[in-house]
Amino acid sequence: MGEMEELRKEADNLKDQITEARKVVQDTTLQEAVAGTTLVGRVQLKTRKTLRGHLAKIYAMHWGTDTKLCVSASQDGKLIVWDTLTTNKVNAIPLKSSWVMTCAYAPSGNMVACGGLDNMCSIYNLKGKDGNVKVMRELAAHTGYLSCCRFLSDSEIITSSGDCTCILWDIETGTEKTIFAGHLGDCMSLAVSPDFKMFISGACDFTAKLWDIREATCRQTFSGHESDINAIGFFPNGNAVITGSDDATCKLYDLRADQELITYQDSGIMCGVTSLAPSLSGRLLLAGYDDFNVNIWDMLKAERVGVLAGHDNRVSCIGVSSDGMACCTGSWDSFLKIWN
Amino acid sequence: MEDVIARMQDEKNGIPIRTVKSFLSKIPSVFSGSDIVQWMIKNLNIEDQVEALHLGTLMAAHGYFFPISDHVLTLKDDGTFYRFQTPYFWPSNCWEPENTDYAVYLCKRTMQNKARLELADYEAESLARLQRAFARKWEFIFMQAEAQAKVDKKRDKIERKILDSQERAFWDVHRPVPGCVNTTEVDIKKSSRMKNPQKTRKSVYGPQNDVRTHSPTHTPAPEAKPATEEQLQDQINYWGGQLDRHRLKMSKVAESLLAYTEQYVEYDPFITSTDPSNPWISDDTAVWELEASKEPGQQRVKRWAFGINEVLKDQVGREQFLKFLESEFSSENLRFWLAVQEVKKRPIREVPTRVQEIWQEFLASGAPSAINVDSKSYDKTTQNVKDPGRYAFEDAQDHIFKLMKSDSYSRFIRSSAYQELLQAKKKKSKNLF
Repeated sequence: MGEMEELRKEADNLKDQITEARKVVQDTTLQEAVAGTTLVGRVQLKTRKTLRGHLAKIYAMHWGTDTKLCVSASQDGKLIVWDTLTTNKVNAIPLKSSWVMTCAYAPSGNMVACGGLDNMCSIYNLKGKDGNVKVMRELAAHTGYLSCCRFLSDSEIITSSGDCTCILWDIETGTEKTIFAGHLGDCMSLAVSPDFKMFISGACDFTAKLWDIREATCRQTFSGHESDINAIGFFPNGNAVITGSDDATCKLYDLRADQELITYQDSGIMCGVTSLAPSLSGRLLLAGYDDFNVNIWDMLKAERVGVLAGHDNRVSCIGVSSDGMACCTGSWDSFLKIWN
Repeated sequence: MEDVIARMQDEKNGIPIRTVKSFLSKIPSVFSGSDIVQWMIKNLNIEDQVEALHLGTLMAAHGYFFPISDHVLTLKDDGTFYRFQTPYFWPSNCWEPENTDYAVYLCKRTMQNKARLELADYEAESLARLQRAFARKWEFIFMQAEAQAKVDKKRDKIERKILDSQERAFWDVHRPVPGCVNTTEVDIKKSSRMKNPQKTRKSVYGPQNDVRTHSPTHTPAPEAKPATEEQLQDQINYWGGQLDRHRLKMSKVAESLLAYTEQYVEYDPFITSTDPSNPWISDDTAVWELEASKEPGQQRVKRWAFGINEVLKDQVGREQFLKFLESEFSSENLRFWLAVQEVKKRPIREVPTRVQEIWQEFLASGAPSAINVDSKSYDKTTQNVKDPGRYAFEDAQDHIFKLMKSDSYSRFIRSSAYQELLQAKKKKSKNLF
């Protein structure tokens, strides 16, 4: 196996060289650079609405682009579209499989999608002719559970799966257009860039990867976490990536510097991060943890500036509406709360 | 968590454990709720009582210490007595106790015939259910319970009290009171990959096994299948490509992040209060009505100057930009860009027709809205159009975008039309209130 050894050495050598190359541009750290900036004042958000209706753990939620509607998925086998201002249920969609893990709202507002242990992504048309919400497509090709899905448009959707791959689908034909393979562990989460040209995925191999949708290649890989990456998101300017992991930390990676900028951690936090969302300006990071709380971090100074405590069980999902006005949290206690 | 517990149990600096005298007997090996809170505040850098209670309740819910007279595992800052759980029962030993073990335990409880050990309602229900489920095995379970009860009777009274309470607390974690949080619940995404060889599958009451502890937050690295030659070669190619990428200096990156957050902070409702008010706080949807109206407020217009993407993102911004360009007879670039964006979202069967239409309108020779693309992109696009897909115009679109950014967009921002929008609304909004 002399050749294998050679190859392995070469691969390791390259990785070392890259670490060196990354060090070369470290003329400062983010902490030093923002030393002169004052910490954002204590952020106190209150629960303004509680959305009641699910009968079991809520696993996922996603805001619609119109800033008032959102969709949530629960283990009670229902997908509910809420008018968050009035707390009315606009749609309550029964699912074939109750083991749902993710849901998404199309930017147009015409469709929602969900998936889970059934290994499929089911697309529902909300604007059907007779007012009924029906399954439009069932996208089946993954050999593992569906952990996350996000629409690019009414015609395309990207999914991530426990089979370690992500797939770009054409919704109309129900077929896979591109398979993004490269992760060595279950893909747990994905996020699309603001310009819709790229997306990032976080996986159980402790790395996050940036993919070019059109070219179908992996542009960059970021490591540093010591456990599964459960949540991932883009910084609002599209040039940086935020990850949340079971190792109880969140990290900020910059795409142009190709490395980690800062880690958000605290000795008092001992449990994993389940979900995260940046505020509109990117100054604040809201992250949901296993200890039933959401911590608010000043993203530049890496210090906690607030806590949202109100759930009686793990916070499983979080999202900030597109105009930044409200934050929605979903929990295993079966409730969704709107905060601002 | 176990580090903190070890510190708590430390003889010198830990929580004082004592034996308390009660009516008829002594209560061995306890400490009060407020003791825990005090210790945490002193030793763990915790600022307030609320956080100490939260942390403490979590540790109790996981079963590291428990209230001696209650099934509900929470921490209260008062004289309620608590006891430490024995390491045998710690969650880090990855217990997955079977229902048969639970049945033996409940059965044993009924044999012990003491008022304080009476089963709670939910436990009685569970016992009834288990009896039905294990009807055939029941004789066996009964024998086990009997055997254990005998052993227990021989134990020292005080030792028994402690062990009994610890055993009860263990079951409180794994079979919680209905309505309480079950900390042993695992996310289904993770449970489907649990091939953790350290899971203790042996019976709780089986012979003492060699239990290994491990820290919950540092997962062992994923089982790496030995990489094939092809995979290694792929990796080498990938990392080789990565080596040569251009990396921006950290200082520049930090500067740009800082600048971005500073520029947008006034638009961030979590930091700067919005005007008109946030609908969730005031129940007044004025701010959304303003957004939907065709007349953009000053703050919104100001945002268009941050970058071309802001104008293109905002529907009213796009309209104003287009209007301005039309007044200059140079709108073909923007219209091309918008058309290409639109075709990317179309269902695949409509794409070929649309691509042809766009080609005819903007790029074909003699096109009515001819755009100027560099020859390289033009040639590539000509090729793409023969087998049209969503990204047929990608190169041309990138080129046009750069042109718009440096030319049309800057003119728009400097134009009197834009400046007027920026100024005029100020007066108007004053009149609204």
